[in-house]
Amino acid sequence: MINDMKAEDIVGEYKEVTLDLYQSISRKVLYTEVETPYPDGKLIVSTTTPDGVITHVNQSFIEMSGFSENELIGAPHAILRHPDMPPAAFQDLWDTVNRGDKWQGFVKNLRKDGGYYWVKATVIPNIRNGELVAYTSVRRKPSRTKVDECIKLYPTLF
Amino acid sequence: MSFMFTVSPDFTPDHLSGWYIFNTWIQRQTDTAIHLEMYNDFQSQREAIKNDQIDLIYANPFDAAMLVRDKGFQPLVKAVGESDEAIIAVNAENSVEDVVHLAEGIKVAFTEDPDVHMMGMIMLEPGDLDASNITPVLSDTYVLVAKHLLRGEADVGIFLAEAYDGLSSMIKKQLRVLVRSQISVIHHSLMIGPNLLDKKEQFQKVLVDMNADEKGQGVLKSLNFTAWEKVEDDEMEFMIDLMDTLSM
Repeated sequence: MINDMKAEDIVGEYKEVTLDLYQSISRKVLYTEVETPYPDGKLIVSTTTPDGVITHVNQSFIEMSGFSENELIGAPHAILRHPDMPPAAFQDLWDTVNRGDKWQGFVKNLRKDGGYYWVKATVIPNIRNGELVAYTSVRRKPSRTKVDECIKLYPTLF
Repeated sequence: MSFMFTVSPDFTPDHLSGWYIFNTWIQRQTDTAIHLEMYNDFQSQREAIKNDQIDLIYANPFDAAMLVRDKGFQPLVKAVGESDEAIIAVNAENSVEDVVHLAEGIKVAFTEDPDVHMMGMIMLEPGDLDASNITPVLSDTYVLVAKHLLRGEADVGIFLAEAYDGLSSMIKKQLRVLVRSQISVIHHSLMIGPNLLDKKEQFQKVLVDMNADEKGQGVLKSLNFTAWEKVEDDEMEFMIDLMDTLSM
């Protein structure tokens, strides 16, 4: 379940856009220019079903996303989708993990309060007894140089 | 027939006798003959695992994937409240305040502990540092990592947090922590191999109950642990997946 973002949750001036998620869901997204720096030494960890529905999050995920655990569990991972992220990046992610390979990339994530945070994300398919049962995603602090490269590159991929 | 037990070579030397005491205790509790073999380094331990010589191991999380997936080991228990965390430290006189200010080519001192090294290198990534642009200073112990920093032979040291915290206050006064990991889910585990699997439940039970009797408590104390708790197969699979993502 994924809802439109609400103006009362947003901190600071915001812009509004409607995102098409998974080619079937429309979501009204409100976003600001407020960046939350990635904390040193922490990892953000989550697990999803093969369809991308969140089944597990760690405390760092909750703190950085601004959502409560209840809001996250059962929601599609696209709840973090920021309008500045080109759909091609996620297409590449899904194409890669659907082949059974690991995916790694730099991602600008959306917070509940409309702000954002950059991560270096790794997604791996969890295979148990030969079957895909879940995906695990681990995010770590990205290099600022790499983030700056993505800030220039991503707008060209739309 | 005697089974073979070994401990990840990154154990603290203070606990060497503790592992021998533990081995005696577990043999009595399970009525199983077990020989404790300590290896000096990860390479010789891995060689023994490869040759199917090991039946019981207190394993570094880095080796868990190989033990489970290639060698048919299963997790038994982990020490309650213990997790492997890493620290990036510099000489206290170093003016660098943040990893992002470290320059390419710096000398990084570390030990061969595989999980701590991996976590430490991840914490250097925000500074655009990786194996290709640092100068490694491989050290036998964490005390030597500290000494390299104090003597100016290394710019940055990667420590197991527990080992850093255990350094003398005189040494710590001359060092400064830049980053301390807060990962919480990476830990050593006691694991049981295929030849002993029929005794898995028995081993797990005596280990989980170990802190309930006085003798067991004493043995745990000699390892600086308070108790063991069961590690489910799912939890181990999750940690293996996590290590997998981190080694990319």
